[in-house]
Amino acid sequence: MAVEICHEDFDPWALVARAEQAIPAHARGAASVFVGRMRDFNEDEDVTALFLEHYPGMTERELERIVAEAEARWPLLGCHVAHRVGDVRPGDALVLVATWSAHRVAARDACSDILERLKHEAPFWKRETLTDGTQRWVEKNTPGF
Amino acid sequence: MTVRVHYFARLREELGRPNEEAELPAGGTTVGGLWQQLHQDAPPERLMAAVNQEQASLDTPVSDGDEVAYFPPVTGG
Repeated sequence: MAVEICHEDFDPWALVARAEQAIPAHARGAASVFVGRMRDFNEDEDVTALFLEHYPGMTERELERIVAEAEARWPLLGCHVAHRVGDVRPGDALVLVATWSAHRVAARDACSDILERLKHEAPFWKRETLTDGTQRWVEKNTPGF
Repeated sequence: MTVRVHYFARLREELGRPNEEAELPAGGTTVGGLWQQLHQDAPPERLMAAVNQEQASLDTPVSDGDEVAYFPPVTGG
């Protein structure tokens, strides 16, 4: 498993391809991948930029704990989590969660669990810049739909 | 007995500083008690905290040399 904090724009699909190389080809029956990107709108307003703050040290530890707990719960062959920090533009990747298992249910459920726990437990904070230049801190996660 | 206190996100901006040193009372204190001591006010609603980079509650004890962090609800992903 690997957890990484990305300070620049990253290509989630390149990270998936690279992480998959480390997993034995004969066993990896299922992969589940979630990629989250920055939208140019939130709560009915246009958003031109996003600043993502984190707690260096604790953020990595929390992500590692969340992944380790998923690995204890599901039979995973591999897991890769990446999260962007710093100044972000619409379209940039914000988060990648990729899980591999022999079977689809473990891969899919672990991917979903890691993502939801990351959103509620890992110390990241978003500050949005709107079209008129005003900035606001996002106070809660959007529902998942 | 001193601790290093960190603030993040909206709290960091509103308080105008990312961190500070605090002197603990003899006998130590808690996460909630330290906030009260530093800000002469009850902790705000939905305040989150960590001690030594582990999730903590207002009741978590704080000891000499600890790293204490206060932050608003997290919004990653």
